[in-house]
Amino acid sequence: MSRAISAELSADGIQIERHWQELAARRRAYSWLISICLLVAVAGSLWFANESNAGKFFDRLPHFFDFAGDLIPRDGWEVWRAMFDLPSPYFDGSMKYDYPEGRVYLFGGFYFPEYFYKMLETLNIAILSTLVGFIFGFLLCFLAAKNLVKSKLIRFAARRYMEILRAFPEIVIAGFFAAILSLGPIPAMFAVGIHTIGALGKLFFEVVENADMKADEGLRAVGANWFERVGFGIVPQVMPNFMSYALLRLEINVRASTIIGAVGGGGIGEELRLSIGRGHQAKTLAIVLLLLVTIIAVDQFSAWLRRRLVGNQAFAFGGKQS
Amino acid sequence: MNALSSAAITDFETRHPAVFNPPVWKRFMPLLIGAGIVLYVVYCWWFFSIGAVLSSGQWQRAELYARDWVSYAVRTTVRMSPTATTVTYPRFSELGDNPKPDWVVQNGNNVAISFGAGKSLDINDSRVIATRNGESLTVLIAADGAKPQGALPEWATLKEDQVTVTFGFAGQADIIPERVVVSRRFPGWANFVFDTNSPFWNKSFGEVASMITSGERIKPEMSNAALAFDNIWYNSSWQHGDVWTKLMQTIVMAFMGTLLASLVSFPLAFIAARNIMPNFFANQITKRFFDFLRSVDMLIWALFFTRAFGPGPLAGISAIFFTDTGTLGKVYSETLENIDDKQREGVKSVGASPLNVQRYGVVPQVLPVFASQALYFWESNTRSATIIGAVGAGGIGLKLWEAMRTNTNWHNVAYMVVLILAVIFIFDNISNALRSRLMGRQQH
Repeated sequence: MSRAISAELSADGIQIERHWQELAARRRAYSWLISICLLVAVAGSLWFANESNAGKFFDRLPHFFDFAGDLIPRDGWEVWRAMFDLPSPYFDGSMKYDYPEGRVYLFGGFYFPEYFYKMLETLNIAILSTLVGFIFGFLLCFLAAKNLVKSKLIRFAARRYMEILRAFPEIVIAGFFAAILSLGPIPAMFAVGIHTIGALGKLFFEVVENADMKADEGLRAVGANWFERVGFGIVPQVMPNFMSYALLRLEINVRASTIIGAVGGGGIGEELRLSIGRGHQAKTLAIVLLLLVTIIAVDQFSAWLRRRLVGNQAFAFGGKQS
Repeated sequence: MNALSSAAITDFETRHPAVFNPPVWKRFMPLLIGAGIVLYVVYCWWFFSIGAVLSSGQWQRAELYARDWVSYAVRTTVRMSPTATTVTYPRFSELGDNPKPDWVVQNGNNVAISFGAGKSLDINDSRVIATRNGESLTVLIAADGAKPQGALPEWATLKEDQVTVTFGFAGQADIIPERVVVSRRFPGWANFVFDTNSPFWNKSFGEVASMITSGERIKPEMSNAALAFDNIWYNSSWQHGDVWTKLMQTIVMAFMGTLLASLVSFPLAFIAARNIMPNFFANQITKRFFDFLRSVDMLIWALFFTRAFGPGPLAGISAIFFTDTGTLGKVYSETLENIDDKQREGVKSVGASPLNVQRYGVVPQVLPVFASQALYFWESNTRSATIIGAVGAGGIGLKLWEAMRTNTNWHNVAYMVVLILAVIFIFDNISNALRSRLMGRQQH
């Protein structure tokens, strides 16, 4: 796209024009270089993914929407029967149509449908681990903040500690505790909770470092000690942001505990994996619907509460933190 | 500093009643919230029977497993028969086919095993003397069991006919009628580079280097360098080849998933943004589509695509692609709705076509933000790709999970964790560096 330099330009103009063209050419060259590198990376990645996959992409492409078949029950009412554990007219002794089997009886004939119970289990894992993460993250974050702790050593130790908790793969923590406590929701809780301590602690200490220090100065002037300064000067102004981050984390943790559940942590994730694996359409659809509704409900509730707490700044960077 | 007079205090109180006399509900709010949290924790304690699970947990195993991450044990059995005392090693010992460790010294019927300074086991026919830091215990082996002589020190236990002496980290020995089973522990990872079947096993770095560069061919069909690489790649206890392939899959899953998601959500975000596409229905349909993709959990997509493509990275790529098209689409359309309109008006006023208005009026504003957000998701997907791998969607997750479930391969777990942490560290730094170049230093 190099243009001829117009003869009407002055000597200075020609020089500027030439300089601009040089810059543009270099920029274009870089763009091309990056595009080619990216293209090579993409082609290589796709080839590698296809080679190391069990089924090949083009062979399996016609089966892409097979999962839809996993979701179509024999009739529309089957979904609700599976969801609320009502007996099915197709019941033939197999697990596929044996919905009442999973009922959790509370008292007498009053029962809790299985999948609601499992969903509650997953939600409780998420909430409890967010709570644990919040409490420990809260206690740790003040030690990592530059404006509150003068000692570099304490700050360094607190930050590295949170970094390790955050970076350590959740699945390894879950596996380690599963080896000690046997499979179940509690290893999942440990895994999600420990990760949450690190993730929230990091976000928290960044909030604390951005806090307005005037209140702190005032308290220092009247002779408050460190705990009083933190408690009365910092905590009231950072609490709304802390809550907002904790709610955001709750959204993530609901998803995380579902996934950990699928690999042995119990809860709805495990039910979903088993149901898909066994080809129980109605059960799968019931679980997917339940999960979808719960996740949307949690997201909406958390968004509403966050907007009330800190206004629109809570939505500055999407809905995902790690 | 002057103290406040009581008149001044009452004056403050009357001027700011909300501060000094808040309504009752506000005063007890923190207490109520605290009580609610405590109640909830108690409820969860009951719901999951946390107390019972924690107390029935085998916590002593935690230490054993944690130890396995960074050390390995070599087992050996000393058999005492009337004719001869023999020292045997298991078939697949870490020490190779013909072990001659220097911590076992056999002299006729006398076998001395050293567990480091001050800790040793002396086996002499049917008399075993264990010494630990000056204390020593003599155990006589009779036909009906091991008989400790004198009081048991705290590092020895008697269980039925068996005496177990422990030497801390260095190992332990079970003294059983007719034999002594010894487990000797060493820090480090055994046979990390070459396994015991390799001709390069137990050679120093210099020896291996000289064998590769100037030695005679060990196998006629391949050079020594190729053989060495082959031996490392197919190391039977560490499976370097498999681990690295799976790790590469995890990286590829995160990279391709995020890239495809950002490419697809880029045009869709323009349709979803109110200020760019004035059609209400188009906005709503795209936005609800994003919500749907996002709310169907990555797990559900992963399980479905594992059915479609079979286990492997294609399933993982698709799962990340679907979920993140939703999330990135939402983020992108929100960014587009917050752009500065002046540039668009400027481009429009000189008569540009609608497509050119987007190209020159909108894209230059949002492209750095979009790229930065995509990088951020790439970083976070590198972590989540590990987890969804465990349900069969490809990558190192499943291998990690299986290694943990065997309960004996904790050193392999440690190896994979180190690799994952290194990958996360590297990609965090790349993504941070690129993002700070795109957005300027302040933005993250």
